[in-house]
Amino acid sequence: MSSLATSDVRKAAPAAGTTPGTAQGPPLRHRIALVPTLTLLLGALYCLLPVAWVVIAATKSGRELFSTFTFLPGTGFTQNVKDLNAYRDGVYWKWMGNSALYAGLGALLSTAVSALSGYALAIYRFRGRETVFSVLMAGVLMPPVILAIPQYLLLAKADLTDSYASVLLPLVLSPYGVYLARIYASAAVPGDVVEAGRMDGASEWRIFTRVALPMMVPGLVTVFLFQFVAVWNNFLLPYIMLSDDEKFPITLGLFTLLEQGSNTPALYTLVITGALLAVLPLIALFLVIQRFWSLDLLSGAVKS
Amino acid sequence: MTTARRKSYGVRTAPYAFLLPATILFALFFALPIGYALWLSLHKVHVSGLGLGSGARKEVWAGLENYKDALTDSELLDGALRVLGYGAIVIPVMLGLALLFALMLDSDKVRLSPFTRLAIFLPYAIPGVVAAMLWGFLYLPDVSPFYFILDKLGMPQPDLLDGGPLYLALSNIAVWGGTGFNMIVIYTSLKAIPVEVYEAAKLDGATPLQVALKIKIPMVAPSLVLTFFFSIIATLQVFSEPTTLKPLTNSVPTTWSPLMKVYQDAFGKGDIYSAAAEATIIALVTLVLSFGFLRAANSRNKQEEAR
Repeated sequence: MSSLATSDVRKAAPAAGTTPGTAQGPPLRHRIALVPTLTLLLGALYCLLPVAWVVIAATKSGRELFSTFTFLPGTGFTQNVKDLNAYRDGVYWKWMGNSALYAGLGALLSTAVSALSGYALAIYRFRGRETVFSVLMAGVLMPPVILAIPQYLLLAKADLTDSYASVLLPLVLSPYGVYLARIYASAAVPGDVVEAGRMDGASEWRIFTRVALPMMVPGLVTVFLFQFVAVWNNFLLPYIMLSDDEKFPITLGLFTLLEQGSNTPALYTLVITGALLAVLPLIALFLVIQRFWSLDLLSGAVKS
Repeated sequence: MTTARRKSYGVRTAPYAFLLPATILFALFFALPIGYALWLSLHKVHVSGLGLGSGARKEVWAGLENYKDALTDSELLDGALRVLGYGAIVIPVMLGLALLFALMLDSDKVRLSPFTRLAIFLPYAIPGVVAAMLWGFLYLPDVSPFYFILDKLGMPQPDLLDGGPLYLALSNIAVWGGTGFNMIVIYTSLKAIPVEVYEAAKLDGATPLQVALKIKIPMVAPSLVLTFFFSIIATLQVFSEPTTLKPLTNSVPTTWSPLMKVYQDAFGKGDIYSAAAEATIIALVTLVLSFGFLRAANSRNKQEEAR
């Protein structure tokens, strides 16, 4: 595979308009840049394929789905959307709203808790700091189902299962969010600045909210995004906690639709259209947020 | 340290106050459930008489009985072996691709890198359940473009939702969903390598391949360790993808992965005691694997530093 790509590239290289130079100068690098570009394009193609498929499949009527070539657009898109709207009085949109609520509120709370904890762990030297951090990190290792079953039983005792809180609360503390917030805080908030705040007589809380928090914002956007995606994509916790399908998030709603579809294939078009509409908001969120979201954050963007 | 002693009251108490929300949440939603799961795993229900009436069902001490049952349960063992096979495909392929794409993104004069980077990262935004649905449809002979092409070429059409190919089908969903995230983690640490490191190599006339193998890969080793670590955990916890494919085929049993078996025992059979013991075993295996792996990685790093 790679040798094939290389030989293609060698042949294509002169057409790329390389200027003659020394044997090991720019022309060589021009030639080589094609290998990475082609590799990445193949990767992009692979990653976009199912998305492209769902865009086209959502335009097909139930009959066309099973009879026409997969990548040929159909004629049923508006009808599919109408059917989806009509399905059980628009329960689909209820699921989308629920997901937005779970993910939005959950990520917001989670980011706040992560910011507080990460800042405390990064800035202060106090007894038990590393212990607290290690114990929190051990939370990352806990398989969700290990937690989810006893969480379900405990919440059942508190009469909280099958409620919005049962899906929201267990996800507020994110060990990974704390880990990221700690890295961002230690990279973005210089100790001198905190010390200067103290000299000026500001309280610790004021230094955190007025001085440190604004510096941490770019990092916290990342924490928010990670957590939003994690909650939006979550399946196991609502699957265990919820029985009332009016409270389902979109993942669980679509899954129940697919399960019924194995008996009534007519529901497949609804599943496909529903899947397309469910991924659009997240794709949109990604395109918007990536402008604010510097990839260099993890490496620590602070210059002294 | 004299400065430590001069700390004011506020400075001393602030970190504890800041950590309070996390501590409370940890106690309620991590520590308490874990403790409860351990307690459950050591108990069983004792039914007296016909099991009717309020005093007839009692929780009694079971010792390690549930653990013994779990470890000799062939369904759990089969699930573990399936996940082992699945992980043996997913982890090397996913991390290999992630590293390859990260190195390509980091190479000089690569074209279209913002577009391809976003495209490869995009599956991360798509819920595992939806990803499994999309691929599930692409595996269905009636709907899939692959089968259409195979048919036109007159080639045999494998059943992707059964037997050995089912592993590939499930692995592909995980690789598709996870490569982009791991690529970003590795790429970010590649970006953090100071330019000076490359300059010496360039003066020595190293080729980009040599730079990648001898400088870049060793320098991103810590992120590789991290991504490997997360991948092991994610693999042991695979649940939603096989669960989603289940309605599309008859070949995915309800106990395909260990976690599905735990779910089935807890909510299908209503035996939360066995489920708790199984869950504890999975957690222990995760911990042992992770710590073992981290220790191995650390000792290797130390050896390299010593050289």
